[in-house]
Amino acid sequence: MMHKVGMAEAKVAGAGDSLRTLGLGSCVGVALYDPIVKIGGLLHVMLPASGGKTELPAKYVDTGLPYVIHLMKDAGAQTRHIIAKLAGGAQMFALTTGSDIVRVGPRNVEAVSQWLQEAGIPIVATDVGGSIGRTVELFTETGAFSIRTAQFGERFL
Amino acid sequence: MVDQSDWRNGVHLDKNAADMLREVGNIGAAHAATALSEMLRQKVTMEVPWVEFIPFDDVTEILGGPEQVVACVYLRMLGEVTGSIFFIQTVPIAKQLMSLLELSKDALAPFSDMEVSALGEIGNIMAASYLGSLSDLTHLTMFPSVPLVAVDMAQAVLNVGLQQDNPIGNYALIIHTSIHHHLASEDAHLFLLPDPGTQEALVRALGIEGLA
Repeated sequence: MMHKVGMAEAKVAGAGDSLRTLGLGSCVGVALYDPIVKIGGLLHVMLPASGGKTELPAKYVDTGLPYVIHLMKDAGAQTRHIIAKLAGGAQMFALTTGSDIVRVGPRNVEAVSQWLQEAGIPIVATDVGGSIGRTVELFTETGAFSIRTAQFGERFL
Repeated sequence: MVDQSDWRNGVHLDKNAADMLREVGNIGAAHAATALSEMLRQKVTMEVPWVEFIPFDDVTEILGGPEQVVACVYLRMLGEVTGSIFFIQTVPIAKQLMSLLELSKDALAPFSDMEVSALGEIGNIMAASYLGSLSDLTHLTMFPSVPLVAVDMAQAVLNVGLQQDNPIGNYALIIHTSIHHHLASEDAHLFLLPDPGTQEALVRALGIEGLA
């Protein structure tokens, strides 16, 4: 069974189910997976920092990652087994002036990478950056992470 | 005064407010049609059959779903009301407009640099015309930034409008536009998403307050 994960949402699944989120632009899809118990978590995170906001924890990197890891632990995963795969973080509109608003994608990826590194969770694969939208799906049976784009079809991480 | 919670729960437009916004749209559309006719060197007319406020998160549904590939021109709205503006068409419709410019011979080929540039200019005309008309009505200065173009999944491109940390459920003003030329009549959409903090000024100036 496939579970949909919306913008600023995080969900956890196991038992061979999958988790899918559509149309990542500058947002990052963080797929977390514990291969021992075959439990996966997918976070669709939109912005790097919550600035202290507590509603919608999955919207921000600094609150979203602890939130999804907490959900995974509740489902039986162990932090020391978790591996991560990342997709998204694009800059959809090419711009020369380099204002902050169009660079939020790379800033999201940076924030996710840094947080995971500090938490000791290895990032085993990424498909990030560029200027393309991505739809992603995490399969909990295998840990495979599918990336679909309008131009280049589907690939697996 | 419209408080944040009212706005988030939905702005119900009564008939007068809807008529007024549509009229602003039609005045803007008339200006845009004149400019577009000059650019395309043929008669183009335009009308705004309706306008509506809908939650920004639901905008992709109007476009055929989050993964629907669209031709999108993105501009920042600058001045006393800031925000994001999107001029969005489906790919076949954008290609048809390009064929008027004799830029596009192949409806399936990716957009060329010339086509991307022309799309940006069309988006610029639409946004400037509409904001000009809205400015006249509200006496608030509003003007568009330079246009940026992307052709990709609807949700991926629209997300740039949420990077100002707009609250989830924030409303976008949608100006449905019909563009008529000798080949066809086409549907295009102009979306206005005010930044948090300035949307109230716009709502107040439009006199939408107290309509819930």
